[in-house]
Amino acid sequence: MKTTEEIFEILKTNFGESILELVTAAPVEKFIRINQLEVDKVCQFLRDSQELLFDSLMNLSGVDDANGKKTAADNGDQIISGGTLSVYYHLESTKYRHKLVLKVSAEREKPDVVSVANVWRHADWHEREAYDLFGINFLNHPDLRRILMPYDWDAGYPLRKDYKNPEFYQGMKVPY
Amino acid sequence: MALKTEEMILNMGPQHPSTHGVLRLELELEGEIIVGAKPHIGYLHRCFEKHCEAMSYPQVTPYTDRMDYLASMYNEFGYALAVEKLLGIQVPERVEYIRVIMGEFQRIASHLVAIGTYGLDIGAMTPFLYCFRDREKILSLFEQTCGARLLYNYIWVGGLSHDLHPDFLIQARDFIKYFRPKIKELNDLLTNNKIFIDRTANVGILPLDLAINYGISGPNLRASGFKWDIRKDDAYSVYNKFDFDIPVGKGTMGTVGDCWDRYYIRILEMEESLKIIEQAIEQIPEGDVTSAIPKRIKPAVGQVYSRVENPRGELGYFIISDGSVNPFRVKVKGPSFVHLGIMNELLKGYMIADVIAILGSIDIVLGEVDR
Amino acid sequence: MGLLDKQFNDDNIVITKVDDLLNWARLSSLWQVGFGLACCAIEMMATSASHYDFDRFGVIPRPSPRQSDVIIISGTVTLKMATRIKRLYEQMPDPKYVISMGSCSNCGGPYWEHGYHVLKGVDRVIPVDVYVPGCPPRPEALLEGLLKLQEKIRNESLVKKS
Repeated sequence: MKTTEEIFEILKTNFGESILELVTAAPVEKFIRINQLEVDKVCQFLRDSQELLFDSLMNLSGVDDANGKKTAADNGDQIISGGTLSVYYHLESTKYRHKLVLKVSAEREKPDVVSVANVWRHADWHEREAYDLFGINFLNHPDLRRILMPYDWDAGYPLRKDYKNPEFYQGMKVPY
Repeated sequence: MALKTEEMILNMGPQHPSTHGVLRLELELEGEIIVGAKPHIGYLHRCFEKHCEAMSYPQVTPYTDRMDYLASMYNEFGYALAVEKLLGIQVPERVEYIRVIMGEFQRIASHLVAIGTYGLDIGAMTPFLYCFRDREKILSLFEQTCGARLLYNYIWVGGLSHDLHPDFLIQARDFIKYFRPKIKELNDLLTNNKIFIDRTANVGILPLDLAINYGISGPNLRASGFKWDIRKDDAYSVYNKFDFDIPVGKGTMGTVGDCWDRYYIRILEMEESLKIIEQAIEQIPEGDVTSAIPKRIKPAVGQVYSRVENPRGELGYFIISDGSVNPFRVKVKGPSFVHLGIMNELLKGYMIADVIAILGSIDIVLGEVDR
Repeated sequence: MGLLDKQFNDDNIVITKVDDLLNWARLSSLWQVGFGLACCAIEMMATSASHYDFDRFGVIPRPSPRQSDVIIISGTVTLKMATRIKRLYEQMPDPKYVISMGSCSNCGGPYWEHGYHVLKGVDRVIPVDVYVPGCPPRPEALLEGLLKLQEKIRNESLVKKS
């Protein structure tokens, strides 16, 4: 079983620039921040390397960090500009029982993250969900389209912190 | 002269008696054989994650019930464990034992629904009635404890809402004595029935490396031959104090990882749950169940991912806290969401009638898929 | 509601007896569409099982809307599903009835405030006859809802109400 610090050292020697930092300050979980355009190569290495063998992706979730500038629009709604949208990966090895948490961040106006669906097929639907609810664009994804919301939903990405509900959808009143 | 053939698209729409909820399957057929299957979900998307950001930590508990509505105790259990890890608090031992007893009863109730409706899909109506009759007994135990039959709001962060009724342990022992022969009855009715075996053996074979890559967990993974159970491999609560087996699929009636294996694992798991409940009833200590419930839940800035073994698989909660009374982000990884992702691979090459058999053996609950 | 409906302007002994016969026939064999959405569907299944038994009231589940009289909307109606429910309702032949079971289909339920994808009440798309409250309603509550629907049917008449 390897600790997050040891894995951080192994990744730093193999990938250098793409591994950004190891964050240990916050309670319970330590995570490693990675460049969003190199994450598929790092994950391929993590899955195939014999001493690490992370063959199982436990979870993949999109997060709206809401760390941009909050301004008020004309009608009083809050709009966030700047800042980042992040994706967290929780990995596990069924053989060695060690776990790892990765984080990638992309800018809010152009959130591009490389997809890891070719490494673990599990990520396929989770990435579609992150695209649907946050608008994170996954490059090289086999089939990126909406999964939970209707296919013709044009009112934005619901889980963003500055999302506003539409009044009507196909003739039905949406608010209470 | 060669026949002109064309692929047909068949829609198993959101309203269907056998899709276990509002699931739409778009099947591409070549005659009767399936060449592609596209699941469409989202017909029950109830915005659970947005609600979490607007409610305080204790207010989220009733919403977690409604995600996997057949195993509500386990949803609450998973959420309570995650927030307790974030807060760093320890609950009294009596609370842990009661949570385990309720969780295992819930596992039996959930498997009874899975088995009953699976029989109904295949065409056997009697096991459905027998399973629901036994399930009513478990529901009346739950109702005696917390007042509700299906969605409980019982397992709170830091403890429980009510202590056990004074007669609960006696009635639980009576139930175990009543239920053991009923499992044998179920086996005679359905498990060893020739028609059932013909329809489910060698159908929907799931190879192990594909299963791990797709993130399958729970009984479906164990049926493919891999001994992996979070109650033993990543033990939480007091599961390490009990002695129970992990049943693994052996391909008794067909190949390892077919529908019959997935179904039979559930029957064996019910027996193991009875063992756990018996041991828990013997060992349960006295204590106060509401003493550790915090007055105001305001965790420090941080994040946690914690998982439990749902009757369907690995249920994971990823909670990010920003120091306020509302969670910043709650992401739920429901096992049924993950299991539906593999439908395209699993259905190729089988016939339409096998779709029903395979879908029933995966045991999905749409509330968990769509959240 | 048929060829005879609302064709008559006044009441007489023949109409009353025919009324009674038709209403009795309709309320004693309400066949429901097998349509369950969410948690309330499990309580509906428990009502159909042997402990609470729907069948003694003549209610059996049919797979197709074209062969049924009543649709029980059990569970949350989302925006994506609402268009399909409208279609199912239009596929049912007259006379048809709707029972809205549970808080979610009555008024949006626990998701009324922040649910961006939840339709706040199924009566925004189809007309409802009986509302059964609860989250989820007990099987006894659903049976009470069915009895109220039967009472409503018993009071129907061929006479055109002025």
